Amino acid sequence: MDILNAIVAILNFVVIPAAAYGAQLALGALGVTLIYGILRFSNFAHGDTMAFGTAITILVTWALQAAGIGLGPLPTALLALPVGIAATAVLVLLTDRAVYRFYRVQKAAPIILVMASVGVMFVMNGLTRLVIGVNEQQFADGARFVIDVRSFREMTGLAEGLALKTTQLLTVVIAALVVWALFWFLNRTKSGKAMRAYSDNEDLALLSGIDPEKVVRLTWIIAASLATIAGVLYGLDKAFRPFNYFQILLPIFAAAIVGGLGNPLGAIAGGFLVAFSEVAITYPWLKIAGYLAPGWQPEGLLQLLGTEYKFAVSFVILIVVLLFRPTGLFRGKSV
Amino acid sequence: MSSNRQAAAVSPWRAPILFAILALLFVMEGTMRNAMFSGSWNTALGILNMGLISAITAMGVNMQWGYAGLFNVGVVGFLALGGLAPVLIALPPVEGAWSAGGSRLLIALAVGLGTLALAAQAWKRLSSGRGLAVTAILLAGFVLYRWLFDPAATAIEANNPARYGNLGGLGLPVLLSWAVGGLFAAAAAWAVGKVALGLRSDYLAIATLGIGEIIVAMLRNEDWLARGVKNVSSIPRPVPYEIDLQQNPDFVDFAGRWGFAAAEASGIWVKLCYMSLFLVVLLLVILLAELALKSPWGRMMRAIRDNETAAEAMGKDVTARHLQIFVIGSAVIGIAGAMMITLDGLMAPTGYNPLRYTFLIWVMVIVGGSGNNWGAALGAVLIWFLWIKAEVWGPALIGALTAPLPDGALKAHLLDSAAHMRFIAMGLLLLLVLRFAPRGLVPEK
Amino acid sequence: MTETLTTPAAGSATGDPARPYLSATGMRGGYGKADILHGCTLNVDKGQIAVIVGPNGAGKSTAMKAVFGMLPLREGRVTLDGQDITTLSPQERVRRGMGFVPQVNNVFPSMSVEENLEMGAFIRRDEIAETMQQVYDLFPILRDKRRQPAGELSGGQRQQVAVGRALMTRPSLLMLDEPTAGVSPIVMDELFDRIIEIARSGISILMVEQNARQALEIADIGYVLVQGTNRFTDSGQALLADPEVRRTFLGG
Repeated sequence: MDILNAIVAILNFVVIPAAAYGAQLALGALGVTLIYGILRFSNFAHGDTMAFGTAITILVTWALQAAGIGLGPLPTALLALPVGIAATAVLVLLTDRAVYRFYRVQKAAPIILVMASVGVMFVMNGLTRLVIGVNEQQFADGARFVIDVRSFREMTGLAEGLALKTTQLLTVVIAALVVWALFWFLNRTKSGKAMRAYSDNEDLALLSGIDPEKVVRLTWIIAASLATIAGVLYGLDKAFRPFNYFQILLPIFAAAIVGGLGNPLGAIAGGFLVAFSEVAITYPWLKIAGYLAPGWQPEGLLQLLGTEYKFAVSFVILIVVLLFRPTGLFRGKSV
Repeated sequence: MSSNRQAAAVSPWRAPILFAILALLFVMEGTMRNAMFSGSWNTALGILNMGLISAITAMGVNMQWGYAGLFNVGVVGFLALGGLAPVLIALPPVEGAWSAGGSRLLIALAVGLGTLALAAQAWKRLSSGRGLAVTAILLAGFVLYRWLFDPAATAIEANNPARYGNLGGLGLPVLLSWAVGGLFAAAAAWAVGKVALGLRSDYLAIATLGIGEIIVAMLRNEDWLARGVKNVSSIPRPVPYEIDLQQNPDFVDFAGRWGFAAAEASGIWVKLCYMSLFLVVLLLVILLAELALKSPWGRMMRAIRDNETAAEAMGKDVTARHLQIFVIGSAVIGIAGAMMITLDGLMAPTGYNPLRYTFLIWVMVIVGGSGNNWGAALGAVLIWFLWIKAEVWGPALIGALTAPLPDGALKAHLLDSAAHMRFIAMGLLLLLVLRFAPRGLVPEK
Repeated sequence: MTETLTTPAAGSATGDPARPYLSATGMRGGYGKADILHGCTLNVDKGQIAVIVGPNGAGKSTAMKAVFGMLPLREGRVTLDGQDITTLSPQERVRRGMGFVPQVNNVFPSMSVEENLEMGAFIRRDEIAETMQQVYDLFPILRDKRRQPAGELSGGQRQQVAVGRALMTRPSLLMLDEPTAGVSPIVMDELFDRIIEIARSGISILMVEQNARQALEIADIGYVLVQGTNRFTDSGQALLADPEVRRTFLGG
């Protein structure tokens, strides 16, 4: 019985939250890694792209809610998501036209593009502030739980409860669908293969008649979609605060680098690795130790690291990868 | 970055004229009272002092970027780490804190560092099974560290938590802490640089982004260190206190002769004292940087920046040089961080916002002229002035623009959001300069 | 079977029959200020194998790039099948029937062999399955490895992928920049055999080779370039027999 309770507690406090968080990070890291693969720079504006897309989605959600349109048990934000994606795609395409294309044509050093992305980050940050302000916004509606703690206890008769939030389940399901669609696109369609070809060998792609500007546009549209979806899911699961989207940049970069920059499969693995490490390392294991070793009375919470240092986990993972395998676990672009 | 190096020569008058315009702006701020300027010397000097600190920070960033092409996205962290120095050096020791757990804490920190060093040695020396050995060392070290550290930190934090709860300082002169702030930042930079340099250029940017966030998180949460979000106030000053000046009849008399009230004059006097100190540091940094640049070492640095591959082929150890300049630049940033906390007299970790303390500094360097020390200094003071004044000018501008609009939700929203406009403005400024004048206001010679 | 590797149009020359299929005359140009080519001329007839040899730095690869439009020409003219293509971009030249195999980085390493071939045919709107079968017939090993990422293949196999990729557009002229660089002698002979086979199907070949002796063996026409100009031009056999060519460029 205690073993069961321990398993339920681990599921409830570690596995479920980490899976949802991992899915969000994976989607974010996929965007970063695709941009890296095609445009060859680390996009520091990605976090603020996520924030902008989410802000637009929230505004549309509020409008829909005011008009009484909803999805029943599902959050209304899903209905607003396409508008957010479209707006973000337009914004990043304009950005590319106004900023990045110039440096691409010049064949500028990647670090100049990184610098330009910092300027873009500033502008996008300002836009998001302009659109929605800097405060925390709640926009989740619909059914809150798929399984709540009480009904789980009644159902199983265990002492330990288990909750599965709608947003958590939704995050994982949507992320799985998006990843499936992305991989289908990259591996099965001519445009997707052209993207991979361009990422693999730009010059040869040109010789084969692949239009680089078309590939770049496609990449931005996909990255904007991924960013908006990741941002909305993150916002639904936690809450929307623009600054959090700047902070999430570090775990997203860590995930993309762990997986190997430019490697989509690696980005997904990296996202879950970072998320599970972060949750597991900042979770107080005292309760679970209580189930597994009833006699043991340790001092403290058995928490390896306080939650306020969760970003340190991403950082340490990043450092370890840089030290021992700079190309990432799944071999991304060379160093 | 090197594409515009050999562009047309710039008029030698450009820098002096720009500095004159900047000086004029400050004089206008100090003397003209209207919708645009405050007419207060206290305000003008207040902006200038923060501007000078920004200039020193920009100098550090400029060494890394302008001399070596290194992109440091963790400026805020190095500033914050430098800011820790006045707290630990200049504050008087907290009574009972050391006996509560000071030595145990120091031992814990030593064990922590020792563990890392041991693990690194084990990795280097052992040939077989080193992964396992290193993991074991790290695990054991971590458990030992936490066993030593947790009770010590708890005991220190329990010591008179309403007033202290921290370790306190050494009671040494606050000016000394500026140098120590530089050392702190240099140590952190060495650790990050050791890992992230020599790899792709983006990796340093991402790694510094991480260390920046972690240092700020540490300052917020380690109450034993600097009271965390409870802030440390009344950090000793290197200059007189306003209240003492106001009570000094000689000073009141002196102020009266210049036509100032004692209260206003004391503020101005204190700010002038700070300004002198900051100017000395700034000019010293510029002098040393210029001397270094003209030395063989500086020529080598520039050769590496302009063509890394060629420099490497000539047998230069590019990564080692980069580490050197990264550490030196970060030390300068750390000094600026210590100066900032000294100026404020207050350590408030919640104030360390990366947009303000990392990216705004970058705007300063790029706008001023990367690679040119005078340019970076000019850009820093100018951008800081504009950043502060934009708080006033932005709403005024929006108010003027929206005056014809009917009152309503849209107008109210636009007026409310004027404060956010400066982020967009700074971003656009960075992008425009990067694209159309990549050499900045005062280009590299 | 290899008969159909070329496009139907390529089979019947529409241009002047007296003129070579590819004609690059008086090419002058280089990167930046200094010229590398000083009036270099290259002609290839239908189904011919033309080989460019010469010492290091003679401008062999540069000449190839100039023919393919990757290098702006200060002087000179390039015609293909009688049509002037001097000002066309490389992509446009691919559409006109030129295929180019770069010396290095000539495959998409993370993509499978089959996908590499598909990408070769990117500009084609018609059915490519048949051409792919022909490539597999030409290089049977690729059929076995068609699901493997090209980056995991051996050097020789990778060169086969590279040549196969270029053949996917059904070019009438195939340009190879040192196709045997870094492969073993056995693989080199094998590759040369395949190149002869491709030429027999009516595709003109223009290639640069380090292994001058072996390349000239199979060459219908050889160009010896020195410092960006033609030093000797003759049939491969004649060049091999020429004592001066042997002494200066073939090491005795």
